[in-house]
Amino acid sequence: MTTEEKYVAAVYLVVFVVLLAYVFIIGLKLQRLERELAELTELALRNRDEPERKAVAIG
Amino acid sequence: MSTWSRNNRLPALATLALILTAASIALIFFYAPVDEDGLNQKIFYFHVPIAFTAYACFGWGGWKALRHLWKRDEGADLESYVAIHLGVIFGVLTLVTGSIWARYRWGHWWVWSEDQLVLFLVLFRFYCAYFMLRYSLPAGPQRANLSAVYALFGVALIPVSVLAIRLSQRFIHPIAFDKGGPNMAGSQFLTFCVAVLAMLTVAATLYNLELAGKRLDVRLRELREALQ
Repeated sequence: MTTEEKYVAAVYLVVFVVLLAYVFIIGLKLQRLERELAELTELALRNRDEPERKAVAIG
Repeated sequence: MSTWSRNNRLPALATLALILTAASIALIFFYAPVDEDGLNQKIFYFHVPIAFTAYACFGWGGWKALRHLWKRDEGADLESYVAIHLGVIFGVLTLVTGSIWARYRWGHWWVWSEDQLVLFLVLFRFYCAYFMLRYSLPAGPQRANLSAVYALFGVALIPVSVLAIRLSQRFIHPIAFDKGGPNMAGSQFLTFCVAVLAMLTVAATLYNLELAGKRLDVRLRELREALQ
């Protein structure tokens, strides 16, 4: 590989790696959102299943 | 917008981006001729479209900022933020790809006397500071308004940066377009146009992807507050 070819390859590699890193970060974020959604679903189900507490006058 | 196009916009854009990127790479290496600059001229087909895309992202961010301030469009602040975020990423790519080209062609990674380079760096750093401003304020209308005003100020720098190459008296940086039109052969111009389209489509895909994530994040936060 000549020096010129190495520079051209470096440019295309940099663009590819940066865009891939960006997609990877977005992917990680979507995973976090999926976890949060699972937590919230669990919380919503728990709230639904819990018997409603009646307000009782004290004293 | 119909439900079908809303649901299928992202996959359709991603497919188009993939097809156009593959087509542009094929055209760059198998169709466009190697001119007197040698093989390193192939860098131009990615470097310039990336720079155009960065300008487009900053411009779109400015437009959304204007919509936020003017029409109070719901979500315009978030759209402006995402566009500027992408513009900064494409700005990094512009600077890195340009530096690699310059290292081979000029023997230097950076030339401070070149107006085009310095003005792009000013524009890039201006938009980097946008994030410092945005995250120094608590979330709310004040942050959205100040960020929008700042994003709009940046738009004024875009034509200065684009036209710097024409305003400059010293030309070291190659000129792709002059008063007579594109400064290249027909096959090179076709390749360049496909590369610009490809890069804009890649940016549009990433914009919609990041925006979908951000909107989901906001909705989940609202849901958490409602449930707790």
